[in-house]
Parts: sequence; C-alpha cells; structure tokens
Amino acid sequence: MRIEIPQLSLVALVGASASGKTTFAHKYFKPTEVLSSDFFRGMVGDDEADQSVTDSAFDLLFKAAEIRLSLGRLTVIDATNLQKNSRKSILELAKRQNVHSAVIVLDTTLKALLERNAQQGEKAVPEGVIRRHFEQLKGTVRSLKKEGFRYVFVVGEDDADYVEIVRTKLWNDKRDEHGPFDIIGDVHGCFDELAELLRKLGYVETDAGFAHPEGRKAVFLGDLCDRGTQNLQVLKTVMAMFKSGNALAVPGNHDVKLVKYLFGKPVTIANGLENTVAEIDGESRETKYEIRDFLDGLISHYVLDEGRLVVSHAGIKQEYIGRASAAVRDFCIYGDVDGSRDEEGMPVRRDWAADYRGNAVIVYGHTPVIEVRNRNNTFCIDTGCVFGGSLTALRYPEMETVSVAAKAVYSEPARPFKDAANGDDIPAAEELLGKLRIETGIIPTITVQEQNTAAAFEAMSRFAADPRWLIYLPPTMSPCETSSEENYLEYPTEAFAYYRKNGVKKVVCEKKHMGSRAVVVLCRNEETAKKRFSVDDGSRGIIYTRTGRRFFDNRDIERTILDCFERVLETTNFWDDFSTDWVCLDTELMPWSEKAQGLIREQYAATGHAAVHSLNAVTECLKKACDRGCTQKTEHSTDIAKLLEKFSHKADAAEGFVKAYGEYCWKVDSVDDIRIAPFHILACEGQVFTDKAHRWHMENIERYIVGIDDIFVKTPHIYVDTEDEESIAAGIDWWKNVTGNGGEGMVVKPENYTSFNGKKLLQPAVKCRGREYLRIIYGSEYLDSENLSRLKHRSLKRKRNLALKEFALGVEALSRFVKKEPLYRVYQCAFGVLAMESEPTDPRL
Amino acid sequence: MLITITYEGTNTQQLGYLLHKNPYAAQEFSLTFGKAYVFYPEVSDERTTAALLLDINSLDLAKGKENSSNTGLFDYVNDRPYTSNSFMSVALNRVLGTAMKGRCDKNQALADTPLDLTANVYMLRCENDELPKSIFEPLGYMVIIERKLLDDRFPEWGDSPYIDLTIKGRVKLSELLNHLYVTIPVFDGNKHYFIDESEIEKLFSHGGDWLKTHPYRETITKGYFNNIRSITKSALGIISEDNDTEQPKQKPLDTERLDTITQAVLDSGAKSVLDLGCGEGKYVARLLNEPQISRITAADVSVKALEAAKNRIDKMTQRQKDRVEFIQASAICRDRRFEGHDCCLLIEVIEHIDEDMLPVMERVVFELAKPKTVIVTTPNLEYNANYEFLNEGELRHSDHRFEWNRVEFRSWTEKISEKYGYKVRITGIGNEDEIYGAPTQMGVFEL
Repeated sequence: MRIEIPQLSLVALVGASASGKTTFAHKYFKPTEVLSSDFFRGMVGDDEADQSVTDSAFDLLFKAAEIRLSLGRLTVIDATNLQKNSRKSILELAKRQNVHSAVIVLDTTLKALLERNAQQGEKAVPEGVIRRHFEQLKGTVRSLKKEGFRYVFVVGEDDADYVEIVRTKLWNDKRDEHGPFDIIGDVHGCFDELAELLRKLGYVETDAGFAHPEGRKAVFLGDLCDRGTQNLQVLKTVMAMFKSGNALAVPGNHDVKLVKYLFGKPVTIANGLENTVAEIDGESRETKYEIRDFLDGLISHYVLDEGRLVVSHAGIKQEYIGRASAAVRDFCIYGDVDGSRDEEGMPVRRDWAADYRGNAVIVYGHTPVIEVRNRNNTFCIDTGCVFGGSLTALRYPEMETVSVAAKAVYSEPARPFKDAANGDDIPAAEELLGKLRIETGIIPTITVQEQNTAAAFEAMSRFAADPRWLIYLPPTMSPCETSSEENYLEYPTEAFAYYRKNGVKKVVCEKKHMGSRAVVVLCRNEETAKKRFSVDDGSRGIIYTRTGRRFFDNRDIERTILDCFERVLETTNFWDDFSTDWVCLDTELMPWSEKAQGLIREQYAATGHAAVHSLNAVTECLKKACDRGCTQKTEHSTDIAKLLEKFSHKADAAEGFVKAYGEYCWKVDSVDDIRIAPFHILACEGQVFTDKAHRWHMENIERYIVGIDDIFVKTPHIYVDTEDEESIAAGIDWWKNVTGNGGEGMVVKPENYTSFNGKKLLQPAVKCRGREYLRIIYGSEYLDSENLSRLKHRSLKRKRNLALKEFALGVEALSRFVKKEPLYRVYQCAFGVLAMESEPTDPRL
Repeated sequence: MLITITYEGTNTQQLGYLLHKNPYAAQEFSLTFGKAYVFYPEVSDERTTAALLLDINSLDLAKGKENSSNTGLFDYVNDRPYTSNSFMSVALNRVLGTAMKGRCDKNQALADTPLDLTANVYMLRCENDELPKSIFEPLGYMVIIERKLLDDRFPEWGDSPYIDLTIKGRVKLSELLNHLYVTIPVFDGNKHYFIDESEIEKLFSHGGDWLKTHPYRETITKGYFNNIRSITKSALGIISEDNDTEQPKQKPLDTERLDTITQAVLDSGAKSVLDLGCGEGKYVARLLNEPQISRITAADVSVKALEAAKNRIDKMTQRQKDRVEFIQASAICRDRRFEGHDCCLLIEVIEHIDEDMLPVMERVVFELAKPKTVIVTTPNLEYNANYEFLNEGELRHSDHRFEWNRVEFRSWTEKISEKYGYKVRITGIGNEDEIYGAPTQMGVFEL
C-alpha cells in the first residue's frame, strides 16, 4: 500500500489499544519523528501506563510537536487518537503551524486486537477497553475527512506490513529551479507595456507567447487582470508562457476574484473586474474554463533557487515560507490584513516587510509604490503601471530592475502611492536588547552580554546620533605592554616587540594628535544622503564621536566642515576616481578642548589649578617655617627641610601637569581654528578599505584630502622594521621627538590593516603614550618611583580582547552597509561596539 | 590640603598650647587616607600662625576603585589631594581634636576667651561669591575671598571654582575650629565617606548652639549631608523643633501634574496604559490605585530607573503588581510591546530627546503604536522667568535638549495632529502666570 504525505506534515496515527501503532510508527518513520503518548507518560510520571498523568503527558507531547513543526520537521503522533477532541487538538496544531495534516488509521480486526492484547502480559489492558476502542474506531473512520484531515489513509490488518510511505514535495517547493528569472509585477491588463517590457528583457515572440533565447523564465506576481484594457490578451499570453514552461505565476487577489466569478459564485463586479468581465464574456466556454482552471491552479507562493528566492503576490511572513494552509494562501494573496479598513474604506495592510528578518529574498507586488521598495531583503516591484506608473521587472539573480513607463492612466488609484506604514528605518528594541550574537567576517561569532546591551541601549537612546548614519564605530585601543625602562610607563620597544613576536615585520608608527576621534560620513550631495542613507533632512553627512554622538551640537559648524571636505574631494577628483558619491573617514579632530571642554575644565584644569595654587601656598609656608628652623624633636616631629623638598617636587609636577594638558587646548572662534587629521579611508560605495595596507591609506589621504584646505592636516608617520635594530632605534628616537614637548604619543599598526598570526587576530593598533602626557592620565605625580612601580602592575588582557571584538564589529558594520544590507543589520554591529564599551575596564588604558 | 590659623595680639605663642602642638617643631600624624603635618610658619609675640597640611596620595584614593568614572571622586587625576574638603575636616578632628573641644590644660582661661583669630582656607570649592559671607558673617567674621582665573592661558574658560578664603574675627579657638569643621564640607559638597544617620550626631556635637540660630542653617545642614534629603530632613527637624512655624501649603507642581494627568487618563476611558519614559514609576504607582486601569506597561531606557520603579510599588498588593509590566524600551526604537494600549503617556519625556530625533519618536508612538490617546507634557520655557535659580537661557534640567514656549509646543502638536490624524487639546498645569502661562504644558491627543 502506498501512502503519500507531504514532506512536512503532522501525521496522526489512529487505532485501538494493541492495534500495533507503535510498531507501525517505528517501522515507517524515524524514531525521532514519532511522539508517543506512552513515552511522554513515562517521561512525566515514570510509568508509561499511568493514565492519571495523561493530561500532563499530552501537554508536553504537543509542546514538542509544536517545536518540531516550527522547525520544519515532520511529526507523527502515536496515540489512540480515538476521541474527536484529541484529533481536534491535532488539527489545530497543524493549522497553527500551517502544515498539512494526515491521519493513518490502523484498522485491525477485533480478534487480532484481543489476541495481541493477551500477548502483552503485564501491559495488557482490560478486554472491555479493547472492545470499546474497536467500537469507537468503527464510527470514526468515515468522518475523518470531514473533520478536516487533508489526507486520510486506512491500513487494514493485512496491509500493515506492506506499506510504502512516500514523502512528496509541496507544490510551492521549486528549490531546484535556479532561474535566471525575470520577475514581473502587477500587470492588470496592461498588455502593451507587458509586451514592451518582455522585449526589453530580451524575450522574443513565439507561438507560445514569449520566450527568452537564453532560457530565462518570467515569473508573474499575480493581478494579471482587472482595471486595464487588454486583460484577455494578458491572460492568454501568460497562460501560453506558463504552459510552454517559459513562465511561472502566482495568483493575486484580482485573479482569485475572477476565478470565483467564472465559477459562478456571487462577486461584486467592481474595482476593475468589470473590464475583465466585459472582455471575457464574449469568449467561448472553453476559453473561459481554460482561464478559470489556469488561475485556480496557481500556487500561492514559490520557494525557488534552493530557498534563496521566494515570490508571492502580496509578500509572505518568514514563518509561512514553504508552508501550506489557508492562512498562508490568504497572506500571499491579500497581504497582512486583519479585516480592518482605513478612512477611505480600503483594507488596512500591515507592513510585514518591516519585520522580515529572513535570508531569502522575497519579491512581491500588490501594493503600488512609486519606486521599487527594498526593505530587509524584500522587494515590492508593483510600480503601479495601470495607475499610470510603470511596469517593472526584477532580474534575478542580477537584482537589477527594468521598467517600462505606462502609456496611459488606465485607472485612478483609490489612495495615493505611498509607502505603507513601516518602521524598518527605525531600529527595533527586540533586535538590540538581550544577549546578541553577531556574526562577523573577522571573528565568526561575537556574543554581547545582556547587561552590556542594556547599558548600550540606554546610551544609544539618550545620546547617539541618528542610527541611519552610524555605519561604523571605531574600536578601543590598547597601550603597548608596560615598559621595563626605569622612569617610563610606556616605551616603544614593547610595541615593536608585540608585532615582531607575532610575525609582523613591517609596522607603521603614526603620530597621535591628541584631539578627539571623529568619524566622518560624507555624501557628495543631499540626494545621496537621501538615497543611500535614507536621511532626508537636508544634511549631507555627519561627524560623530567614537561613542556615536554627534560631534558638534552646533549644526552650522558641522555643515561648514562637511562642505570643506566636499570642496576638497571635488577638487581632487576623489568622487570620480573612487566611483562613489559617499565616503566614510576615520579622523582625529583638534583641539582636544573642542570636544572634551567639560572634562578638561572640570577635571583637568580644576585639579591643575587647585594643585598649583595649594602647593605654592604650601611651599611658601614651609619655607617660612624652615627659615625659622623648626627643628625641635618631639614625639611626632619630622624633618621640615625634607618636607619642603617633597612638596617643592610636587609643585613642579603640578606645573608639568598643567603644561601637559595646555598643549592640547586652544580657543576655537570659528571653523578656521579646527584641525582634522584623517588617517583611514574606511569605505565608499562598493568598497571597504580595510583590506588595504596603511601605506595606501596614508598615501591616498595625502593625495586626495590634505594640502588644499588648512583645516586638513597630515598625520606624521614612519615605517619601522621590527626585525632591524637600527630601524627600531630610529622609531624610538622618532617617538621621543614626538613626545618631547608633551606630545600624546604614537600609534603602532601592523603594515596591513587586518593582520593575523596564523589564525590569531592581532591588535589592529597599539598606542605608546608620551611620558609627560601620561601625567594627565595617571596624575601629576605618577613618575615618583613609588607611584610608578605600583602603576606598572596593570593588565591589558581585557582591553585587548575588547579591541579585537570591536574592531571586527566595526569592519562588519561597514561591509554590511556597503553590501546594502538592511539598517538593522548594520546598526546591530555599531551597537555591538558601544555595548562592548560598557564593559568595565581600566579607563586609564 | 592646607589651612592656616593666625592668632594676633600679645603673647600669641600661646597658640601652641591652645592647639596642643609645639611651635618649634614640625609634626607628622598618620591618618587612614594619608599624612597630616602641623608646623608654624610664623611665631612671634604679636602674631603666630599654625599650618595644617595634608598629604594624600591620589593613587591610594583610587585603590580598589579601578573603574571610577571620569570625574569620580577616586580618579588618579583628582582635586581631592589639593583642595579643602571633608578630608580636612576629618584631619582637624583627629589632629586638633582637643583644641576643638575647647580644652587646654595649660591655659583653660585662654581657651575660654574670644581671641583675634584669622583662618586661611586654601582652594575651597565655592562657585557662589556670596555664600562665604552668608555663612561666616552671622558668626561674627569678616570675610575675604580671593578667586583667580581657572587657567591664565585660557581666560575664556572663566574663573576657578575654588577660592582662597580668609575669615577674621574675635572668637574662641574652639569655635573657629568647629565652624571650619562643619562648613568646609558644606562648601565642597562632596564628602569622601558614606553618610548615614550617625552623621547627625556629629553635626550636633560640632554645630552645637550656633547652628540652631544661624539664618542659613538649612543650607549648611543640607550641604553637610551632601544634599541627601532624608537625613537633612530629620536633622533639620531636630534643629528647628522649637521654631516650627505653620506654613501655608501650596500644592507642589509635581503633585498637581500627577493629579491632572491621572484625571486625563481616566477621562479618556483608557483601560490599558503605556507609560513611556516611566522613570521612577510615580505615575505607575498612582495609576495602579485606579480600578479603571487594568493593565500598565511601564517603559524606560534606564534599567536603574526601572529598578527604582519596581521598588516603589513593592509594597502594593500582588494583584496590583500583576497589572504592571516593566520593560526596558526607548521612545526612538520600534517596539511591538507598545502596541495594544488605549493610552500612551509621555510625561516630561520629549524634552530629553534630541530635536532631530523627535520625528522618530513621533512615528514610533503616533504611527506604529497608535494608541487611542496620547498625553504629552513638557516644560513651558516662558515660565522659566519665574525661577530665580535659573540663569538667563538656562534650562530646567541639564539633560533637557530643548524647552518650548507655548507657540512652539502648539505648532508641534498641530503638526502631529495633522500628520497622524489625532485631535489635540492643550492645557497648562500648575499655577498660571499672567504673562508667562503655566509651568507645564500638556497636550492630549485623541484619535
């Protein structure tokens, strides 16, 4: 006996106790596919025969079944299933999970049942139970179809050993069709436009409609008819192409209504149906039946190309893909509607695409839009031809669109074309909160802990700039290992040694400018900002800090600086040379006091001021006391001269401290007082430059950005060979030179932007800070030998670990943006960097 | 770091006896946070000066507190070692405790006599030039303050927040020491140790009688307790128990806002409420007492605020608590959990959102969550003219990104109404000022 059931279905076994269900199930299904009531009774109650735990056992069984089905696994329920109620739960589950339901009845004779029961020994049930089951089953078999089971099979006593189970593919499963496809939006009887579009796509007219010489296939997204003026022509053409294998088609709501009409069911002839009806009514009965059966036979959606492409008329929710049920069909044909209507009486369509998070590309029509609407891997290509818009095709896998303008306005739209309510350009809380797992190209999976996302969520919400601009956040940077040199906390030797040890021969040393990190995103014009970044407030870019906050509260200053960038890039022909109209740059913006004003005044300047003035007063008092000669010995007495020496030393240190921070501050009256040193060209259209060596970055920055406008300055740098002592010595001298006057220090980076030692990702950069500069980090007196020896015990491990993860996340954010991935995918990475930064680390590193 | 005390008159070397510290030696004392030194820069018949010097290591302060925030008390770069603060008060008590108690075995009569004393307090945090006079003049001192530029190289940064303070008066030495002990931390406003109720005792033993009658006793008490309200309140209760005058009670703005908004929620007929930006849960607690409200979603970006809100309703019945769900959420993030509420509250929330992000909030609330009623309140900028504590152009809270006048608020509400199809009603909350209107403006949007 041959039993055909869909690959993904919920199968109920029905049969009396001792009818051999379990044996049957295990013979024809995988053990993991079979959920047996006995087994679950045992699981919850330690005894498979304990009827008192039946309810709990079924709770768990159904939970397991639900999970299996949601994961797309065929599931068999091995229970007597003789009660209508228990079968009802099974049907409801199938419906909820949008899978087909099948039932296999084991129709055993009473004699066989009783015999088998008798053989079960201890497990045997009272004979009365068997008889009752037998009677129940007799009354059940005929009603199963009516109850709602899609497939019903009755296996007789003799057949049970000779069954063949065949698992069939669903109609919508066309994974083995790989295209290429030309997917065409709602035609609505616009034959002229359709013919023009097909020709433009390279199709040629044949006896069987149109065909593509290279074997491309057209995919029609439904709503072939109504509203337009050549409905019949369109239907005939598509039908011919379908039958000759040159096209696929899914049904639209208008097509479904036409089918109803052709079946003679009552429908309101309106909304364009009147046109189709008028054309069709004069046709022969055969033609009408042919059209009816063609449209009626269409499958609501197709899963194509190994699951990478899904087409349907009105779109599809992720959990419906590849499923079959009335709910799925309705969704595919009518969209996400719940029966409510708007003030114009039109059905309210919810925006399922905003919530779509799948990897499969979904192409659909149904909702007219002015331009192809691409959201989260979904493409709405109904560009409203019949309303005077255009007829559009999406070429797959090329993902190019080809359009033909409407030749007339055939119908007035009931509502203006506009994007339905959506919010996919706004990040969703659920994508950011909780534990995040982010896959990156550099580190396969980065896990961000819940407490960190919670902290970042607050910070982002309160302070961050518009998420649409945040396509990158820079990683934190670790200092080099603590120096073994006396009188130094950090010294270049360790930085060079780190890279040499890890097989990096060439490094670049870049001067640290002691400004503030500033990421610049710049568009060539406002148009690009709107098109590429979906920002339409008239801005052409942004400058933001390493925590994603807008750098300048004053938007005019930001605007002026961005304009400077634009002028320079225009002059140097950057846009054309890089074939882009936007760019993302990593820069240092000076003076430090511009961004850190509050911090400098409240912490650095205040501490410095208090220290200098107090210590001056102290040394003055001590001098007077010294002059008096307070040298009597008492219980607590101490040497006043030594005291004076100690505090004079402190006073000098305080002066050094004040001098140090002063180096990085100057007054900014206008943009002319600002300096910007770009050091990475991070990305532009189609390219992320993290595969380029730092030499490339430095050279291109000098070539395209620096030297035209005073605002942009070079980053002094030298290259060091980590295996050559002379080169290292030169590097150290250079560092000493850079830091001599209180300079911040240098950043040492491996020659290549991304470097590995074998499989181990290396620090993208380590910093080596100047001796005087470090006063403002560790306090004015940190160089006192006692203090310094304490400070040398510091651990870089955590900081370095963070630096690597943040680096991977930042690069990932850029590459996702460049690949035009949806906002939430890009933003998640930038958000991840910020979340990492909420991890407590020593802020002085 | 440094204070000096000068005694002028005759035979002023006696200051050594009064302080119990030898004028001819420099002395060192160990304290938990560092070292204290007492020495005398000047000793003569007419004039003797003693100095108390503290040496605190900022690394010690930061020890075990590696993650202290940028401006934290315990950073390596830290004003604590160099200013006059609670460390100084503790040192005064430890090193000059006997003198502070007014005891002098060698010359008790002198200790009991008011003398011509001058105290110099170096680098005392004080941003208000009037405050030293207000505090010390009623105690009989002449007050001189000296304030410098924060940094000579950057005059645009303005004045230093620290002053060198000189007070001069005819007082007993013990009085002077106690005055300093109590008031130094009041100026500094940042005590280095944990303050609890036991601190009240200390205030009374050092504040004694003079504080009770001091016209600025409230300011001093508040500052002394680092502005911790509960302790200040119980301390002030004891201080002013005898002159407790009945004050006419005016409903505070907070309460009035709470009442008005609660009424607006009830009037809307709402059964379920989304309190977006619930903060510490004042409205949640109030609405849980209204039987009409069967479900509340309390949302805030801050986990800390949500914890506080949960604590606030902790004493309520389980059935009340079951009606509320607390969620971390943001007004500028899409959120399905916002859907399905009758009424959304945005109480004093919008002014905390950057103006360029407001359109996002508008879409999240009015387009996506789309409750039947939305209630928005925000400060009325014009009314700020009535707040003396605000400088010209200053907003009511440092985190406010903007405050709107009535015209701005109205035009915003009208824009929203038109865009999202709501009807709006605007009212003021709080005492209506003839010229400036009410302190708070409220918009009630109805679908």
